Amino acid sequence: MSGSLQTVLARLRGGDGARRSGLLLIAALMLLALAGVGSVPTWITLTLAGLAMGMMVFIMASGLTLVFGLMDVLNFGHGAFISLGAFVGVSVMAALGPWMESASLAVNLAAVLAGAIIGMVVTGLFGYVFERLVVMPVYGNHLKQILITMGGLIVVEQLIYVVWGPDAIPIPRPETLKGALTFGDVVLEKYRLLAVAVGLTIFAVMTGVLTRTKIGLLVRAGVENSEMVESLGYPITRLFIAVFIAGSALAGLGGVMWGLYEEVITAHMGMSVMVMVFIVVIIGGLGSVEGCFLGALLVGLMNNYVAYLAPKMALGSSILLMVAILMWRPEGLLPVAKGR
Amino acid sequence: MSDGNSPMQRPPLLSLSGVHTHIGQYHILQGVDLDIPEGQLTMLLGRNGAGKTTTMRTIMGLWQASRGEIRFGGEPLNGVATPDIARRGISYVPENMGIFGALTVQENMHLAARSGPMDTARLDWLFEVFPALKKFWKSPAGSLSGGQKQMLAIARAVIEPSRLLLIDEPTKGLAPAIVSALTSAILQLKSFGATILMVEQNFAMARAVGDTVAVMDDGRIVHRGLMADLAADKALQERLLGLSMDMHQ
Amino acid sequence: MLNTLFSGDFPRSRWLTGLLLVIAVALLLAPFLFPGSRPLDTAAKICVFIVLVASYDLLLGYTGVVSFAHTVFFGMGAYGAAIALAKVGPGWGALLTGGALGVVSAMVLALLIALFSLRVRAIFFAMVTLAVASAFAILVSQLFHITGGEDGLSYSLPRELTPAFRLVQDKVFDVRIDGRLLTYYLVLTVSVVLFLGLLRLVNSPFGRVLQAIRENEFRAEALGYKTVLYRTLASCIAAGVAALAGVMMAVWARYTGPETTLSMDIMVNILLMVVIGGMGTLYGAVVGATLFVLAQNYLQTLMAGLSSALSGVPVLPNLFAPDRWLLWLGVLFILSVYFFPTGLVGRLRGTGAGR
Repeated sequence: MSGSLQTVLARLRGGDGARRSGLLLIAALMLLALAGVGSVPTWITLTLAGLAMGMMVFIMASGLTLVFGLMDVLNFGHGAFISLGAFVGVSVMAALGPWMESASLAVNLAAVLAGAIIGMVVTGLFGYVFERLVVMPVYGNHLKQILITMGGLIVVEQLIYVVWGPDAIPIPRPETLKGALTFGDVVLEKYRLLAVAVGLTIFAVMTGVLTRTKIGLLVRAGVENSEMVESLGYPITRLFIAVFIAGSALAGLGGVMWGLYEEVITAHMGMSVMVMVFIVVIIGGLGSVEGCFLGALLVGLMNNYVAYLAPKMALGSSILLMVAILMWRPEGLLPVAKGR
Repeated sequence: MSDGNSPMQRPPLLSLSGVHTHIGQYHILQGVDLDIPEGQLTMLLGRNGAGKTTTMRTIMGLWQASRGEIRFGGEPLNGVATPDIARRGISYVPENMGIFGALTVQENMHLAARSGPMDTARLDWLFEVFPALKKFWKSPAGSLSGGQKQMLAIARAVIEPSRLLLIDEPTKGLAPAIVSALTSAILQLKSFGATILMVEQNFAMARAVGDTVAVMDDGRIVHRGLMADLAADKALQERLLGLSMDMHQ
Repeated sequence: MLNTLFSGDFPRSRWLTGLLLVIAVALLLAPFLFPGSRPLDTAAKICVFIVLVASYDLLLGYTGVVSFAHTVFFGMGAYGAAIALAKVGPGWGALLTGGALGVVSAMVLALLIALFSLRVRAIFFAMVTLAVASAFAILVSQLFHITGGEDGLSYSLPRELTPAFRLVQDKVFDVRIDGRLLTYYLVLTVSVVLFLGLLRLVNSPFGRVLQAIRENEFRAEALGYKTVLYRTLASCIAAGVAALAGVMMAVWARYTGPETTLSMDIMVNILLMVVIGGMGTLYGAVVGATLFVLAQNYLQTLMAGLSSALSGVPVLPNLFAPDRWLLWLGVLFILSVYFFPTGLVGRLRGTGAGR
């Protein structure tokens, strides 16, 4: 039937094709790495490491990409939420010291969960203040946005120094999440398994919200055409603030997880991770959560494979990947068609 | 009878008086005076760049009027935010249709029905006039053809009861068969008593559906009258629009 | 004569003229007015940063492009000179060749980035340059056998520029005319030439086209200007001048390392100087760089005083700890972008906001 054929063709044109090529790219990268690494157990370990890193970067990047998609706001201060989340989360976990050292996985997870939740609440609230105070006055002006949010980042970094002191703070992982599981030659770090599980959960929840709830539909509609959302009677600013708060909270969660992953936190960590976050949102296509997810997986895997094969090339390889993808698709893997 | 005394028993539903709009450094609307009588279809005609779309966007609050007054049902509309304007009962079909391509037809309609579940009677009527909507109900709106998108845009604007419907160039780039389907849909809307302000370049359609007409040039209304009078007066068409309606088909 | 020198672009404000004159005289006579090595060091850094910031303003203020890769170009100039001096030895030949190589590679990289950014959306540019900058910093620290890694490179200068060298045996106005002093005047001269050159550039037809592009790219394009070509040229020139500033930095400091040339902090400092001084006017670079470098050196002393005065109060001493000076400059930066988008120079000229 011509109608359904038409639908299929249009679907291919609008996204599914790009989605498939994104997945193919990931598969190709994994196969190539398998050939390069040569040993299956090592490859599995590296793949897990890459997935874990990708998931954490995805958590941090998803908010940034939606904030841009919805209001055309480029927030260079996003890294501040990552650092802040890490410091708050780590403080909570430090206060729950005995829980972290307990031999029970459940108690350990409770401590991490408490740190993550409080970190998210604080960064979410902070995101609200940041949006109203720093971002709102510069809607629609990219130059000022970049400058102002950069200024906000400097101030927040400095405030972290004021509150927590200038030194890096070590944060040991909870007892049961230290070390690795081994199956024969395959070594799977426990914390990385947790990171992958959390990342997948966040992605699933986010996809569910974006496709099944009215507010999610409004967000996706707003990314495409915010004026039309307003013309249908929905205030886009309120929607945007909600997304900004959620995005900040997710950045905070990402910060807590990244801190535990690196086992040390510094006020500057947000800015350092932002480089990878930017690469991921550019590769994915600004405004697209799914693209961001694909981009994060690509970058995470690429980083870990290359770090094993040619340690000095790790970050450089992500940049080359970004350049290559942009030469192929100037708008990123899954760009959002702007209706404005 | 082209001196602007269009038949009006009641006060106009929407009135613009001396409206100016600036976009950046450009002065687009330069004192627009326009009344939209209730229950009628007002055609807004004029050359490209005359300010028709800007007029629509200014009414909708998407551009801010820098001077002048806009009243809707007696209430001032200046400075009211776009979502509130929509909630006061103005629906808008923009020139580019504003379809959310990543969402399905159903999801597009779902968002348009902001006060709750869609009215089944209305939906059935829409499915009747625009059968394509039913057929592609679960498909992404981005996969529809241009005509189907236009139908969705209009359906979206009428699923929620509104007092005034703004439609910007609905037939732009559409095949004649779809134009005639649209024309009959708009005639049906009129028969239900809808008040419509419509920008249109297709004169056949304009003549078929328009009650009153306003012609714009250089950011002002230069003519107001009955559609029928303009349609009958070739010299007037020549003078106002630079070409006669018959030639344009 | 003056008109030619300043390319007809005068400060246009009594206060600004006064301030610029004070800065110029102070820099010109710095070794005689403020004896000692720390003031001279401050003065030389002001010169270098005026050039660096002015070249950045060519991008940000005159074309509206936000780039985070400017330190890369600065670093390329510095490392070009430093590597040559450290590996080949302290000769003029090594200095000039190394510096020239640094400048040329900076311009080539700028060209590559510009060509690449043609392909992508303008909004990506800031993010792409940020990624390039951090990759370059990592590359430099990894190629430690050439660059000295995190430790950087120390080297000697040609004999005429060393403190042991005496141009004249006697002191002049009680100041020894040694190689250090010569180095300062070399830096100052090159800075003045580069600054006046940039001033000439932005007031040439080329500069006016850049401004037209910033105001309305669409219209500039419609008028027939190849906006791409102009933007690319502007980035290459800005990169070249930044690299020259880097060479001067390498010569003055006799040390080149990631912290002094490539770090994100330097990039942030440049942004602060441009915005606080005033975007879109090269005099802003003079005012911004001077105030910033002075603040960097002397604000900390002031804050140390404040901090110890507040020592009994919780948290407050931390807020004013000397290491937190960047906090206050950050606040000043945000306020500048909001309230004085034309910076101090705009204020002094009395044009206020919304130029």
